[in-house]
Amino acid sequence: MHIGIDVGGTNTDAVLMDGTRVLAGVKHSTTPDVTSGIVQAIEDLRSGHAFAGADIDAVMIGTTHFINALVQAKRLAPTAALRLGLPATKALPPLVDWPEALVAAISARSYLAHGGYEFDGRPISPLDPDELRAHAADMKAAGIRSVAVSSVFSPVNHDLEVEAGRIIAEELGPDVAISLSHEIGRIGLLERENATIINAALRELAAEIVDGLSTAVRKQGIEAPIFLSQNDGTLMDEDYVRLYPVATFASGPTNSMRGAALTSGLETCAVVDVGGTTADIGLLINGFPRETSNEVKVAGIRTNFRMPDVLSLGIGGGSIVDIETGEVGPESVGYRLTSEALVFGGSTLTATDIAVAAGRADIGDPSKVAHLDPALVQRVLARIAERVAEAVDRMRTSPEPIPVVAVGGGSILLPDELTLFGTVHRPENYAVANAIGASIAQVGGEIDKVYAIEPGRRDAALAEVRAEAIDKAIAAGASPKTVTIVDFDEVPIPYLPGNATRIRVKAVGDLDMGV
Amino acid sequence: MSWTISAEQIPDLARGAAVLGTGGGGDPYIGALLATQALREHGDVTVVSLDEVPENAVVLTVAMMGAPTVMVEKLPSLDEVTAPVHALGTYLGRPVTHIACAEVGGVNSTIPIAAAAALGLPLLDADGMGRAFPELQMVLPTLYGVTASPLAFSDEKGNIGVLQTVDNSWTERIARVACVEMGCSIMISGFPMSGLQAREALVPGSLSQCVEIGRTITTARDDKADPVDRTVRLLGGRELFAGKVVDVQRATTTGFARGRARIESADASVTLSFQNEHLIAESDGTVLATTPDLIMVLDHDSGEPITTEALRYGQRVRVISAPSDERWHSAEALAMVGPGYFGYDLPAHRFDGTVDAVAAASLEGAA
Repeated sequence: MHIGIDVGGTNTDAVLMDGTRVLAGVKHSTTPDVTSGIVQAIEDLRSGHAFAGADIDAVMIGTTHFINALVQAKRLAPTAALRLGLPATKALPPLVDWPEALVAAISARSYLAHGGYEFDGRPISPLDPDELRAHAADMKAAGIRSVAVSSVFSPVNHDLEVEAGRIIAEELGPDVAISLSHEIGRIGLLERENATIINAALRELAAEIVDGLSTAVRKQGIEAPIFLSQNDGTLMDEDYVRLYPVATFASGPTNSMRGAALTSGLETCAVVDVGGTTADIGLLINGFPRETSNEVKVAGIRTNFRMPDVLSLGIGGGSIVDIETGEVGPESVGYRLTSEALVFGGSTLTATDIAVAAGRADIGDPSKVAHLDPALVQRVLARIAERVAEAVDRMRTSPEPIPVVAVGGGSILLPDELTLFGTVHRPENYAVANAIGASIAQVGGEIDKVYAIEPGRRDAALAEVRAEAIDKAIAAGASPKTVTIVDFDEVPIPYLPGNATRIRVKAVGDLDMGV
Repeated sequence: MSWTISAEQIPDLARGAAVLGTGGGGDPYIGALLATQALREHGDVTVVSLDEVPENAVVLTVAMMGAPTVMVEKLPSLDEVTAPVHALGTYLGRPVTHIACAEVGGVNSTIPIAAAAALGLPLLDADGMGRAFPELQMVLPTLYGVTASPLAFSDEKGNIGVLQTVDNSWTERIARVACVEMGCSIMISGFPMSGLQAREALVPGSLSQCVEIGRTITTARDDKADPVDRTVRLLGGRELFAGKVVDVQRATTTGFARGRARIESADASVTLSFQNEHLIAESDGTVLATTPDLIMVLDHDSGEPITTEALRYGQRVRVISAPSDERWHSAEALAMVGPGYFGYDLPAHRFDGTVDAVAAASLEGAA
């Protein structure tokens, strides 16, 4: 047996799974301290289906902690961005296009130093250790606690990044975290650097969260390994999260979409995940979320992560309803739903109150919404349906009919029929699809190298790289039958002899738990 | 009529330039950011229309030469943008009065803005192509006897060179070698022209047109209208195909990002051949359009232009074509930028699929 937990801004969902079978599923309000919500969720699971701590093979957790910390600009460490590349790159220094509020939130310091490589691996300029030590002294004086190091063409050669990181660490001591850009992103200096700075700003929080999560799980007598889900739906272990918290960023939508696929049995569909604050709409193609083709902006910062293409509407169970206009959201009461919504004795009219008044849900005390004007209730629900249908229509790639699957606790807001799309599929356990998605999370193997591809050998070379990635996924614990290639990127490096091409391949398979 | 470019107009201008860039010109984001930073630091730039340029003006083009994929890693410094202009002014012995764009598309429509801002000089509302092409000499001024040389180039390290060559192909050959040696991303300034020559040889109004295209796309989105359709109408072109990118092959043997992309719909497919820019669009053996007319790939819904480097499997796109400046369709011009020059054994086809009149005449002559 294993446990999947999804910690959202509003709810913490948990499922107890036997392979792909759901033994128990529970939903709990996310607590401000997060871990007590997880403790309660596991206890609730236990009362739904008794198990001993030793029965659990793995605990998989999907969390929005890190992306929320960035979006809300809270709990971020004072961070320095150090770029190696002088005399190049001066026109666009680190943090150049960041929102001012975030620059302030991380008390950011930006430094340029000599170093970096040309496209072909020649150095732009040698590293200047004295310059780096002077920067480090300034960081220390400014109270910097985490440093992001980037270097021009570090995906081609990362030696200088490693060396600069070592010198900075020597000056600042072991309590200051160092994040290196070549470990985090791909070609594209600003985007890779941005992701690295975000990662650096989250390092302290990562240590705190991982400690909190593991304490919560261990308290339940569970000694099994704990994994967190990454953007692409694969798992990472605790130690990896401490170093690379940024890799969890898009795990929420990925988990809900994959959970929707498993519970509905549909491989290609539009998934509408209605939570407490937003309705996230994505497309599932052959069981995997469609990824964005463009650069992704996170909290206003440009990055080049591969992320699921998700359209978010400010519509959720906790959304505040404007009684005059009948519009819903984007403001939400969030996890305070159970104290502020009318049906729970509060004084705020929320979308959940509307659903209860319409008889779509039996939550809280229906008598507390009996006074609502039925015309208003219908108007609000019709408006929600209209906006969701419009958003699904924008996401789909052709006028071909595509089934719509609704998941998440807030999906009670959706009608049974949607204009243009017909029946809305509501799989069993729809309310905890995120947690189910986290629980089926997989392990991956990634290859990222520069290859010289001989003319006429492209197909054979690509096949070899793919095979290598698949082997790596199996070595990481994937069940061989389930491994497939989920990410493939081929970038020729111009002007290098012999068609030098940088190839990244990611293979992914289900974690082999001996079931 | 002169107007002013400020940082607020850069997003529209850059988007429009990326459309006219026909897939080339590099990452429009970096170019736009560079111009924005320079305008914020040095103030707005005055844009002067061609009919307002004094006859005795000293006009230079400013551009980036090299691989756009290098520039997204090795970002430029403003010093290296202004250095070749200063060097060429010194070589010519006369102060430079106006900056011009050699092409529109990606970084080369925004770098001159950054240069003009940093130098405090006015910018011409014009460019040398009305689109983007991969090689230095592929500008209309070449047809008027204006040469690239004397041409100055600089890198971020402070190395500067001035070339005085016998013809444009020597300029291209020597500068290309220097470019690779200097790290594959250098700034160049050349094509010295008088105001009189600039009026005659450049494509008028191209920066205004970029802003208009960019604004058309954003307005269409706000109106919930079809941005691609509105762009096609604005350019007087046609939509060639809509579908999904299913394969992109690239090779860089000749120092350019050459490649082919295949786009499929339910019942047909289109192959695009590119060398930095899209050169040929064909569907099951039928040529739909070729260089020098414009072939552009836009995001299916948002109308966002997609560069050839950014083309990826799975993208939903629409391919459109539009006429290029009429001067590109003379026999002399086609020899410089037609399909034959790029190694394709087929006559130039116009954006509407007809064989270019000049190319057709020469075919008949051969027969």
